Amino acid sequence: MNEAERLVELIPRLRRYARALVGDRATADDLVQDTLERAWAKLHLYRRGTDLRAWLFTVMHNVHVNRVRAARATDQLEEDMPELAQRASQGDALLVRDLDRAISRLPDEQRAVLLLVTLEEMSYDTVARTLEIPIGTVMSRLSRAREKLRAMMLGQGATRLKVVK
Amino acid sequence: MSEARQPTEAELQAYADGRVDPDQKAAIDAWLAEHPDEAERIEAYRRFDEGLRKLYDPVLAEAVPGRLMRSAGVSRSWLPMAKAAGWLVIGLAIGVLAGWQLHEWRTPPPVAADPAAVMARRAAMAHATYSPEVRHPVEVGADQEQHLVTWLSKRVGAKVRAPRLDEAGMSLVGGRLLPGESGPVAQFMYQTPAGRRITLYVRAEARGHRDTAFRYARENNVGVFYWIDGECGYALASADLAKDELQRVATLIYKQLD
Repeated sequence: MNEAERLVELIPRLRRYARALVGDRATADDLVQDTLERAWAKLHLYRRGTDLRAWLFTVMHNVHVNRVRAARATDQLEEDMPELAQRASQGDALLVRDLDRAISRLPDEQRAVLLLVTLEEMSYDTVARTLEIPIGTVMSRLSRAREKLRAMMLGQGATRLKVVK
Repeated sequence: MSEARQPTEAELQAYADGRVDPDQKAAIDAWLAEHPDEAERIEAYRRFDEGLRKLYDPVLAEAVPGRLMRSAGVSRSWLPMAKAAGWLVIGLAIGVLAGWQLHEWRTPPPVAADPAAVMARRAAMAHATYSPEVRHPVEVGADQEQHLVTWLSKRVGAKVRAPRLDEAGMSLVGGRLLPGESGPVAQFMYQTPAGRRITLYVRAEARGHRDTAFRYARENNVGVFYWIDGECGYALASADLAKDELQRVATLIYKQLD
């Protein structure tokens, strides 16, 4: 199978990650589209035999960072998102719905690490290479992301977050 | 007692991800046994991971929009081929999600002339479509049951009720309206606390239809009990329940709606 075919094969995974990263379907697919176009144009830079998935997720990460930056420059970001409603989470469905909101409130760079580890099941090494950050940073962001989620799910808000080194 | 060494935060994260070797795992297990607060924290992380997968894995099964295929350099001429490849990926994903393989769906089944059998097949497809949904399994939730039942009865054109299945350990998730062979049909969804789901498909029967006994059909991995009783036809579908379990639930419903 050549790279172009493997690229196509990876689309569903790019879409899953993008959906979790940006939330709504249309924006997520726009991100995937930009990523694919960029990847297609830069495919000659990909070194054969290396991890194509990691390479592609790196492309997506860079496209995403640029898009976020562009969006910040052009429009006012919402000041503060409303606090999560406090309610007892009972049962799976509730947990999942709350998680959806909580994950969207994580800082971008923490969310990326958590998603690559849980959804993509990437090794910490691969996450470090994909996001082009040191592995120590991967571990600390992972830890912070999870702790922040837990705080939000407990309905405490991120302010009383226990500091995790 | 507390001889177990305190694991580093990174080790705990790796433990939550199931990425520690057996020796390390034993050591961390021992330490967590002495530190219930920490054990609870790690357990919560695992639940979130599972929740995230539940939330987003269904995206893998969605059809890839054509614009993305084209952006990936798939020219229109070989789009059908790529689509087929996409189907394969989707098939695998759904296979993992729901425990059946999509390629079986694609094999056209023998044409069922019997209208009740057609209903069973439609019920199975509706089940396969909506029961894996995490975020939008139903249109109207069980919290508005009265409204749901009134609305569906009106649209379906028959008195429709949502049976109580507490006895079978199942609670109502809600319901939705679906297009049927000859008019709108209703679908109710129920689930167990563990998330195993069944759906009850209800349609109005034309006058003069005779009641039928329970019949069982299997469409791919979805089992369906179906019957006609009075003014309605029913099909109870599940990919999660074994045949005998499903039959018990069907019996329970039959008794209640009689």
